[in-house]
Amino acid sequence: MSQATLSPIEISASHASAATAPRAGTLRLPLDPLLTLATVGLGVCSVVTLGAATRNLVPSQPHYYVDRQILYLIVGFVAMLVLARVDYSRLRPLKYPIYGALMVSIFAVLALGHSANGAKRAINFPFFSFQASELGKVLLILALSAFLADRRRLGGLGTTARTIGAAALPAVFVVIQPDLGSGLVYMVVAWMTLFIAGAPWRHVAGLAGLAVAAILAVLVIAPAAGVHVMNSYQEERLTAFLHPSANPQKQGYQQLESKIAIGSGQKTGRGADATQTRLNFLPEHHTDFVFAALGEQYGFVGAALVLSLYALLIWRALRVLTMARDSYGALVAAGVVAMLMFQVFVNVGMAVGIMPITGVTLPLMSYGGSSVMTTLLAVGLLQSIYFQARAADSQKGPTFRY
Amino acid sequence: MSTIERLKPRSERGALPPQLGLRVAILGSFALVMFAIVFFRLWYLQVLTGEQYVQQAKVNDQRNLPLPAPRGEILDRTGNPIVSTRITNAVQVTPSELPPAGPRRTALYRRLGRLLHMRVKRIEELVIAGHTAVPYAPVTIKTDAGRAVMTVLAERQNEYPGVSQQPVPIRAYRYGDLAAQALGYVGQVGKTQLKLKAFRGVSQGTVVGQNGIEYYYDRYLRGKPGVARVQVNAEGRPEPTSLPPTEPIAGHSIRLTLDLGLQREGEKALREGIERAQAAGKPANAGAYTVLDPRNGQVLAMGSYPGFDPNVFAKPLTEAQYKQLVGSASESGPLADKATEGAYPTGSTFKPITAMAALEEGVITPTEGLGAGQCISVSTEQFCNAGKADYGAVGLVEALKVSSDTYFFETGEFANSHGPIIQRMAHRLGVGEPTGIDLPSEFPGVVPDPRWRAQRDREELRCERVKHVKSCGYVAEVRPWSVGDNMQLAVGQGDLLTDPLQMAVAYSTLANAYTHQGEGWVVRPHLGLEIDDSSGGLVQTLPAPRMRRVRLDYGDLSLVMEGLHEAASQPGGTSADVWAGWDQAQHPVFGKTGTAQHLGKEDQSWYMCYIPDPARPIVIAVTVEQGGFGAETAAPIARLLASRWFGKAEKFVAGSSKTR
Repeated sequence: MSQATLSPIEISASHASAATAPRAGTLRLPLDPLLTLATVGLGVCSVVTLGAATRNLVPSQPHYYVDRQILYLIVGFVAMLVLARVDYSRLRPLKYPIYGALMVSIFAVLALGHSANGAKRAINFPFFSFQASELGKVLLILALSAFLADRRRLGGLGTTARTIGAAALPAVFVVIQPDLGSGLVYMVVAWMTLFIAGAPWRHVAGLAGLAVAAILAVLVIAPAAGVHVMNSYQEERLTAFLHPSANPQKQGYQQLESKIAIGSGQKTGRGADATQTRLNFLPEHHTDFVFAALGEQYGFVGAALVLSLYALLIWRALRVLTMARDSYGALVAAGVVAMLMFQVFVNVGMAVGIMPITGVTLPLMSYGGSSVMTTLLAVGLLQSIYFQARAADSQKGPTFRY
Repeated sequence: MSTIERLKPRSERGALPPQLGLRVAILGSFALVMFAIVFFRLWYLQVLTGEQYVQQAKVNDQRNLPLPAPRGEILDRTGNPIVSTRITNAVQVTPSELPPAGPRRTALYRRLGRLLHMRVKRIEELVIAGHTAVPYAPVTIKTDAGRAVMTVLAERQNEYPGVSQQPVPIRAYRYGDLAAQALGYVGQVGKTQLKLKAFRGVSQGTVVGQNGIEYYYDRYLRGKPGVARVQVNAEGRPEPTSLPPTEPIAGHSIRLTLDLGLQREGEKALREGIERAQAAGKPANAGAYTVLDPRNGQVLAMGSYPGFDPNVFAKPLTEAQYKQLVGSASESGPLADKATEGAYPTGSTFKPITAMAALEEGVITPTEGLGAGQCISVSTEQFCNAGKADYGAVGLVEALKVSSDTYFFETGEFANSHGPIIQRMAHRLGVGEPTGIDLPSEFPGVVPDPRWRAQRDREELRCERVKHVKSCGYVAEVRPWSVGDNMQLAVGQGDLLTDPLQMAVAYSTLANAYTHQGEGWVVRPHLGLEIDDSSGGLVQTLPAPRMRRVRLDYGDLSLVMEGLHEAASQPGGTSADVWAGWDQAQHPVFGKTGTAQHLGKEDQSWYMCYIPDPARPIVIAVTVEQGGFGAETAAPIARLLASRWFGKAEKFVAGSSKTR
């Protein structure tokens, strides 16, 4: 941390003083415009999609969900703007408190959590049910990035093992909530941070191999040997996507219905006739399966637009990663990229029937305060990294351009 | 050296380290590949196979309620409607709009019960059963509740929440039991019927023809039901959306060969004849008649007694009602069409067939005198004339005129040594085989011959062996064909079984040959004339090609016809007094009485006649079970029919001839 951080006031001061400087224009926007556009665009798409899809969910309150989602988006957006102006480097020394907060919140959920559908995932507050595992994604990204950025001997097996261990500890407690999706996000974030931090290829490949082996062991070998690591319903849910028509009444139903909803949207969508989601044939169509609601209402055109916005989001995140002022910023950006990519591809993949159902939300699109806030905070971090990099550029001259 | 360490030099930044660049590039490429996969998958789901998912979505969220199609009308030959479709009101209950279960709903049921004359419990049962079967549809409580109920329900809508009225088409048989057996009736398609080819494409619950013309021409009459669509949510509850219904397409009308006036006269005449016979102390429990156009087989009138009112099938029948309609094993009920499904010996009306066979095969000559005495003895058996009459040895024409049994007994006796010549002639003319009439069932008939007898004996023996019973009833006694069997057949008795329709076809064949110098043909009797659309335009005619050609010796035929004419016109002829006052010059009658004997029962009265006319010739067949002598009951009925057809004064003239 040799580089002095600039407060927003200092930035505006330097901006004012550099009015005659040739690179003055680079600081005119304190936010990455395309990243912001993608974020706002996805928020709007979420509201538009949920508007029709949740009309019948709460009797006589057609706007129940959409009103709340708008509120979450606005609060989250404000939080993002605030975070964008905070120098992310200030969070770097707080790695232990942050990691501690992550563990405490997860244990708090296990202890005090509200039980819904047989799962304890959230703590209920008056207007908000707090899902610790969601916010935990951002906390873990910050903590792991700081661990790795501060680490001297990065190539060592110990570093890799400790990083994975630090992610696996909260992941295990999240998975037993059970929230398999968030647990997987933690592991993917850890792996990606290691990858970008420059862990040796053999470690990266070894971890990937280990993951495949673990999946095979849990889903194929153990059940074959008569040992069930997971509940049978979890197992079936994970493997159902391989043969969705085999069991349309139970595990296959959700995915089959999702495909029916999306497929029936055809090219331009069914609009008000989007019955599969609106009339509740597809459960969870406002949360995990919001992509199906989108695909049914607005068809290929709508789904492609939203996917393009995600592509834009991920592209800008990768760009922020490459332009980061320091290794901490690059690793935080890498963690956010990992989280976004994993959630987008797994969520969309399960909606279109090519991935197992793992209970991962679609960032910004899915209804839910914790998910929306977490994603917007992550985007806020990206904005902060971008802003700091730009600020450094304008002072020290260009480094690299994507 | 790791990337981070290289990233960490003093300035904290430098050119993008090559390894980080590579890894970010890998990450970027991976994202690109994943986006490509997801895009392709979306394209496949939504654009390439989208239509399939639209169908699946419809299966999920749409429930179809059939809208019954109005059935086509059944018209007589001049276009008078005989059967039509009437729109009536069905009282329906929509379970979701009823007051909540409890005293308020019970009170509503009680009011409704009083109005519809139904028990509260019955209404409750119907609502629950209907709601369980099809949760999204209103439940029909009563069909055709009447105008008064309609008014009450319409005016006091607020007193009957959840109760509505729906116009529904029901079948209306305008003339009640008129030609009921031929017309048939309608009812909901049965489970086993749905599997039949005839009902392919018919959905459950559709009202289809169940018998007679209604059944045979159902595919023209039934039309195409429409569909009302209801949108339901995942729980199967209806959603308030208006999906466009598919309107039903009305069925085609069918125009029959029946003449409404003649048909009504036939029903009336048959009833009158039966009532007179009953007044004379005869059981006269059943009867039938058929009137054919001998040239083309058009059925001008056809009826069977006792009748039934097909309108009763429009509403649910009780078990007892149905049993009464079907009848028992020993005695068929009103549903059976005795004109096409009766199984009767014909008595002397068969004699022209015997005569034709014997003449054609040279067994007898027309002038040869036969049948002298009261009885004919063959071995130990005696075959006698009715009432032990003695007509002396007579020629063919006289034998037919007076209906000498002994003459034909002797003919039958001689014919037996020539093989089954009488049987062959009967089959040639159309007796003992299906006529091909356009009705779902007809009796094929039995003309017994040695082979038939042997087969029945075998069946009887096998049955007795398998079932260990004394008699299975295939034959009265197991014995080979005898000359006596042939003699009985010659006078239309013995094991001969046929019906008025087959006899009418046989007489039509004789009539055709007679008017065409022996070049006759067997007609295919039929009721369907043409199919019209609902506005009366012709859709298609229903062809009824002749069954086959029949060549008869014109000389022999002329003698037989002379005998028939004398029987109906000359003093001493069996039915001459029945036709007293009839203008024989204008419309010569060729008629033959018949009196079929049944063990332990009153005789069955028969009459067959052919009346030529350049424009509208007819053949009439009449029979009355346990109606006495042919001249007594059946012949006067035939005269009434003929009078009506040719516009003569209608008079019931009972004949006095006590011959068979």
